[in-house]
Parts: sequence; structure tokens; C-alpha cells
Amino acid sequence: MASTIRVRAISNGELTEVQTLIQHPMDSGLVKDAQGAVIPAHFIQRLTFEHGDRKVFVADWGPAVSKDPYVKFSFRGANKGDDIKISWVDNKGAADTITAKIQ
Amino acid sequence: MRARGVIQLALLAFLALAALMVAVPPVRAVDAQGPAADAKAFRDYFVSKFPKVKLEDFVNGPYSMNEDMRRQWEEKEQFPPYEFALETGREMFSKPFGNGKTYADCFPNGGIGIRQNYPYFDAKEGKVVTLELALNRCREVNGEAPYSYLKDEMASLTAYMAFTSRGKPFDIKIPDDPRALAAYENGKRYFYTRRGQLNFSCAGCHVQAPGERLRAEILAPALGILNALPIYRSEWSGMGTTSRRFITCNSQTRAVPLEPQSDEYRNLEYYLSYMSNGLPISGPGARP
Amino acid sequence: MNGTTGMISMALLAAGLLTSSMPAVAASEADFKAAFAAAEAAEKEAGGLRNQWTTTESALAAAKKAAAVGDFDSATASAKEAEALARASVFQATSEKERWRDLEIH
Repeated sequence: MASTIRVRAISNGELTEVQTLIQHPMDSGLVKDAQGAVIPAHFIQRLTFEHGDRKVFVADWGPAVSKDPYVKFSFRGANKGDDIKISWVDNKGAADTITAKIQ
Repeated sequence: MRARGVIQLALLAFLALAALMVAVPPVRAVDAQGPAADAKAFRDYFVSKFPKVKLEDFVNGPYSMNEDMRRQWEEKEQFPPYEFALETGREMFSKPFGNGKTYADCFPNGGIGIRQNYPYFDAKEGKVVTLELALNRCREVNGEAPYSYLKDEMASLTAYMAFTSRGKPFDIKIPDDPRALAAYENGKRYFYTRRGQLNFSCAGCHVQAPGERLRAEILAPALGILNALPIYRSEWSGMGTTSRRFITCNSQTRAVPLEPQSDEYRNLEYYLSYMSNGLPISGPGARP
Repeated sequence: MNGTTGMISMALLAAGLLTSSMPAVAASEADFKAAFAAAEAAEKEAGGLRNQWTTTESALAAAKKAAAVGDFDSATASAKEAEALARASVFQATSEKERWRDLEIH
């Protein structure tokens, strides 16, 4: 089963730019299906990016974030070849995690 | 004196008007110029309307029309939203059917790098065959149930096939067959015909107003408009095929859509693809 | 006429046209059935021309829904609107047979 997280982290020496695309329905719980039944809420609640033992980016999400969310940010203090770990947990308790090398 | 001057002027105006009415033929002659001349006129129209846009760039739709949108799109293309569908399409394409055959067995060159040749006119059937139609026929011939033409699996498969043809120019052929020419002409007529309670034709938006806003959207030019399909459309929060786009366009003008892959849509795709001959396949694409 | 009186005249004219289309006598089930049949026939003709409008379909659906609860006034009004929309779509398809060339790039 392929990971739900695509990540690319590139360092220019000083700043590391991280882009990630996560596959997740991000259902708000406010939408009804064709039969009129509410599609239950199913969204990522916490998204964490870690460099070593440092949490460099933490997001507490709710129903306002759309399907297949994309995140881009930059941070200092990492070098090429370092690991960056991305993990998410959703409101159903499901989770995924991936570790990638900073290029 | 003055009265005579006024009468002379009125007479002159009347004669001029009469002359004008005679000069404009009341009935249009059937266009005997042919598809090649149509395509050249079509291309020239857009190139002269948008002199700063490179010919290949028309395939990028609204992004060739608006700088700010282009910037956002280029950023997103580093991590495009169609990536999941493309992955899925790649896996699906190589997975054998129940009988052991694969999609590769149905298509020339194993289905790789051929998207730019679709649609084509099938002489045996006497009709236009699109890529989506060919895929479902491949499935049925091999004992599999057909997919919906609008999204999901069909979008994933066509995303993969488009991807293998990225950069290749559209190469649609109209054989020397009156039925093929008729299909082309029908597609052309469909494109320019007003429909729906809103009385829009495809041309009304994509020929007369590309680059302009329709509510919050920037309209794409008709030249190269099919090259990026299938697309991940933010409005749909998901992928959609050529069929999906034709159907939603119809309902947006308050016209009851036709069935996916109906003759009219197949012919429309034939006409629009032929008009974009020479322009590169850019699919799968992302749109607002 | 100047701006304000002009606008008032237009508003009165519009109101007059609207009120004049309201039935003086309540519609019966028979009235509804006749209106609905006429609307369906026109929509079928539009279907044959492959040119139906979504708004025609919703007017027909509204007519049926109102008739189901016995509101024949609304049902007949919706059916009449559906017929008008269907006829307009037939007119559109017929005139576009020639008019489409007006938009063609040459």
C-alpha cells in the first residue's frame, strides 16, 4: 500500500523548503451524499513535521481544510542529507508517517 | 436649396444601404474550404488575438491568459494534485484482466505514447472513436465491466496515457471519407451552436471571450483546450475526463447534457482535437 | 419621459403583465393534465432535436410535485412555464441550424 504522503525537502544551505501533498478525503461532516445521508467527518487532526527531536511544523486541522491537502513551508537549522519525518493522525484514529531525506 | 440637399443626402444614404444589403448574401454558401483551412483560420484567430502567447502555451488554458494564475499553477506543478490519479493509472494500466490480457494488447505500441492520435475515424464502424471509448471497448472485449466515462478509473487511465504522450503534438487525421468529413462538420457545428437556456455556445466563451472572466473563472481559449485533459479540477475536488467536461459545460448553460460518448460529443472532440493539431499534449492537467 | 417617471411606468407595465397572467378562476385537475400533456409533448420534441433545457425539466418536476398534493393552480402554472421553456428550446435548435455560422471563425 503506497504511502499517503508525498514529500520533497530541498535545502539551499540556509533554508530548507518542504513541500508535501497528502492523500486524504478531508470530509468535513457537513456534506450530504446523493441519497441525502451525511458523509461522516473524516479529516486529519494533527500533522507533524520533525527534524531530529525538533518539531519544526505542527498543524492542528479541522473540517475547513480541503481534500488532498498541500503544505509548503521553510525552516532553518537542517542540512542536506538530514532526515525529515512527517506524520498525521485523523479523527478516526488512522495515521500515516514517512521519512524523507533533505536534498 | 437646403431641402434639396437634405433629400439628396437621404437618397444617397438609402442607396448605400440598399447596396450594402445586396452585397451581403442572404444565404451562406456551404463552407467548401475544408478542415485544413478551418484549422489555419482557427489558429490565426487566437495567435493574432494573443500575440504575446507562444503557440505551445495555449494548451495551458487560463494560465496562458493570466499572469497571477500562471504563477500559482507553476508552483503547484511541483506537486501536482493529479499525481495520485496518475500513480493509480500507471498501476491499473499494467494490471492484467481476468483473462490474462492487458490494455497494452488493445492499443498500438502497447498504449504508450499514442494519446495524441485520438480521436480517430474508424472506417469500419463509420464513426469517431475517442480514447475513453477505446479503453472501455478494450475492457468489454476482455470480459470486464466498463467504467464510468466521467471520473475515477477512466480519469486515472487516461491520465497515465496522456502522461506517456506529454509533449507530443496532436496528430488527428481526417481520412478522405465523406463520413469522416461529416463527423468533423458535425463537431464543428456543435461547437458553434448556442444551447441551453443561457443560450451559450462553446464558442461564445472559448472563442469570443478567452482570458475574460465568467464569474470567478478565467476562460480558456478553444485552441489547445483538450490538450491538458484529463484534469484535476479544484472545483470538482478531483479528476475529470473530457466526457465530464463536456457534460458539465452543457449543464452550466442549462442544457440537459447528452450521454457520455454520444455521437455529438465524439464529433465535438474530433473537431476540437483536429483544431489543435501541432500543439503538444500537456495532460494530465490541473485547473481551478 | 424623464428618468423617474419612466422607471415607474416600466414597473407598472411589468406588474400589469405579471398580474394579467394569473388565472381569474382556480385550475382544475383537468386543466393541469392538459397543460402537462402539452408541456411533455413540447419537451419530447426538444428531445428529438437533442436540445432540452435543465430548467424545462425542473419546471415539469415542480408541476408533478404540486399536482401530487392537489395544488393544481401551481401545478398548471409550472406546466405552462415548462411548455414555454420547451418551445423556446425547440425554437433555439431550429434557428441555430442556420445561425451557428454567425459565430464561426473564417
